[in-house]
Amino acid sequence: MSENKSKYSIDIENLVVEYRTEYGVVQALNGLDLKIEHGKTLGLVGETGAGKTTTGLSILKLIPDPPGVIVSGTIKLDGEDLMEKSEKEMGSIRGKEISMIFQDPMTALNPVMTVEEQIAESIELHEQVSKAESIEKARAMLELVGIPGERGKEYPHQFSGGMKQRVVIAIALACNPALLIADEPTTALDVTIQAQVLEMMKNLKEKYNTSMLMITHDLGIVAEICDSVSIIYAGQIVEHGNLEDIFENTRHPYTEGLFNSLPNLKDRKAKLKPIKGLMPDPSNLPKGCAFCPRCDYAMEICETQKPEKVYRNGEHYVRCHLYSKENIQEGRLETR
Amino acid sequence: MSEEKDILLDVRGLKKYFNTKRGLLHAVDDVTFTIERGKTLGVVGESGCGKSTTGRAILHLLEPTAGEVLFEGKDICKMSKEEIRGMRKDMQIIFQDPFSSLDPRRTISEIIGEPLKINGIIKDKDARLERVLELMETVGLAERLVNTYPHELDGGRRQRIGIARALAVNPKFIVCDEPVSALDVSIQAQILNLMKELQEKMGLTYMFITHDLSVVNHFSDDIAVMYLGKLIEKAPAEELFEHPTHPYTQALLSAIPVPDIHHKRERILLKGEITSPINPKPVCRFANRCVHATDRCREAEPQLKEISPGHFVSCFLVDDQ
Repeated sequence: MSENKSKYSIDIENLVVEYRTEYGVVQALNGLDLKIEHGKTLGLVGETGAGKTTTGLSILKLIPDPPGVIVSGTIKLDGEDLMEKSEKEMGSIRGKEISMIFQDPMTALNPVMTVEEQIAESIELHEQVSKAESIEKARAMLELVGIPGERGKEYPHQFSGGMKQRVVIAIALACNPALLIADEPTTALDVTIQAQVLEMMKNLKEKYNTSMLMITHDLGIVAEICDSVSIIYAGQIVEHGNLEDIFENTRHPYTEGLFNSLPNLKDRKAKLKPIKGLMPDPSNLPKGCAFCPRCDYAMEICETQKPEKVYRNGEHYVRCHLYSKENIQEGRLETR
Repeated sequence: MSEEKDILLDVRGLKKYFNTKRGLLHAVDDVTFTIERGKTLGVVGESGCGKSTTGRAILHLLEPTAGEVLFEGKDICKMSKEEIRGMRKDMQIIFQDPFSSLDPRRTISEIIGEPLKINGIIKDKDARLERVLELMETVGLAERLVNTYPHELDGGRRQRIGIARALAVNPKFIVCDEPVSALDVSIQAQILNLMKELQEKMGLTYMFITHDLSVVNHFSDDIAVMYLGKLIEKAPAEELFEHPTHPYTQALLSAIPVPDIHHKRERILLKGEITSPINPKPVCRFANRCVHATDRCREAEPQLKEISPGHFVSCFLVDDQ
C-alpha cells in the first residue's frame, strides 16, 4: 500500500454551498460533514433535492458558478485541502485522483467519439503515454468491465444501457483514482443488469483499494455494497454510522421513515407508513430542525433550535433533539 | 374452489408487432391472461419486454395485431371506433411520468375536468368544477391548488392529478404504467397507499405495470412476468415469491437489493443482456441467458402450462419434473 497522509481518503467538514439565484438563495448544503476511510465505501442516502449530487460536485469543485458558491468549509483529499487548489491543479486531480460516475449513462458519453477514444482521452491527459499506448490501455479497461476489447471501435449508440454504464465506469477507473464518486450509477438500469454492474464495481473497488462515495436513494444497494452510511436531509447529515448502526440501531425519525416507506418483501400485507408532507423549500428552510414539519415526534424546541450531533459510539451520530448523551443508548424509537 | 370467478378482463392471444427497418418487432407475442374484478394484476419485466405495450394494446391506444381483449365479456378488438370511445369511460390509464403526461398550459381544474367534458358526463361548467373539487379531495389535493399549473407542483402532487383525471369518469379498470417510478420513496409510499384505498373504496381493478419487484409484491394479488414479449410465468403474488419456477423469474427475484444487512441469498447473476425482439426464432427466448438451457430450448418454444392452481409457467424444465 502506498503511504497515506491522512486516515481519510476524503474528509469534508462544515461545508456550506448556496445557489444564489434571482429568486432567492437556495441553501443546498448547510454544514455538511462527511468522511470516508481509505478503501471504504460510504453510502450517501437521501431524497431528490437533499443535496446528494451537490455534495459530489463540490468535491470535484464542479459546482456551476454562478449561481453556485461554496461559502465555507473544508474538503480534504488525503489530508490536502482542495479549497486551496487552483483551477489548473484541480484539472490534474479530476479524473486522476477523483472520478465521478454519473447517473445517466445515456447522456454521459460523447455520441461522436468511439468508446475506446473516450476512455483513452483521460489516460492520455493524466499519464505520460503515447496515443497508441492509451488506446491499448483503454481496450484493457473495456475487458476489465466485461466488454470485449474489439468493441472499443464502436460508438455509444451501438451499446445497450448496461454496457454504456460499464463504459462510463471504465472511464472513471482508467487512471486508478483514489476516490470514486458514483452518483446513482445503476438507477437507469434494469435489476438484473444492476446486479451485474454492482457486482463488478464491488470487485474492481476491492482490487484497486479505491474509496467510494455511493450516492443513492436505494437502501437495498446500501446494504449490499457500503461499509457506512450518511443520511442526508436538506443539505445536512442527520444520521451517520456503519451499516449495523443505521440498519439495526436507527435513531433519527427521518431514517426510520425511510425504512417504513419501503415495501417489505417478507410481509407483503404490511401497510406502508409514508413520511407525511414534503421536503422543505431549500430557499426557505425552517428555523429549527429542517425535518420538524414532517416529524411525528416534533417538540417545541425542534421549531426554534437546530439540533447538534449526539454520538452513540465513536462513529454513529444523530442530529435530533429527541436524544441526549443520557438516552442515546436506550434503543430505537418505538415503531408505532 | 369451484366458485365462478368474476373475470373483468380476459386477454387471449394478444399480439402487437411493429414494422421496423430491420424487420418485424414482436413487442407483445401471444399473451394470454385474465384479471378478476376488484383485483390487481402486477406485470413485471425489464425495459423492452413489452409490458407497457400490453397495457396500451388492451386499452386500444395501440391497435393490437391479433388476439382478443374481452372486457366484461365483450371483445374490444371487434368494436367500432364509436363503441371504443364509449368503453374509455370504463378503462383508464395512469402514466409513468407526471412531468410529461400533463398539459403544461392547462390548470389543474381543466386537466381533471377534461374527461368529464369530452365524454359529455357533466356539461354544466359549475357542476363540473364541483366534481373536480370532489375528485381533488379524494386524491388528497388541497382546494387552493385548483387554478395552479402542473409546473408549480412537485412530482407527488402531479401524480395525484393523473390519478384524479383517471378517476373522473368512474372507471372500472385502470392500467397503471409505472405510476410511482419517478417518485422518491417517501412520496411513493403515499401514492401507493392512496391507490390501495381507492381500490377498496371504489372496487377498482388494476393492471399494475412496474419494474420494481418489491412494489409489485406489496401491491398485487397476481403477478405476471414478461420476457421479450412473452408472458413466461404467472402466479398469485405469494406463490410467485415463494416458488419462482422459471429460471428468469428466479434470477429476477434474486437480483432485488434487499434493505436488510442480515439478508443472505444466493444471487443468480445472468449472463449477457436481453436479445432483440426483431424476427425472433420460435425457440425459448431466454435460452441464451439461461444456465439450465438444453438443446431442446434452442429448438422449440415452450408453452404456458399450469403447474399448480393459478400458477402458470412456460419452460421445458417443468415438463421434466
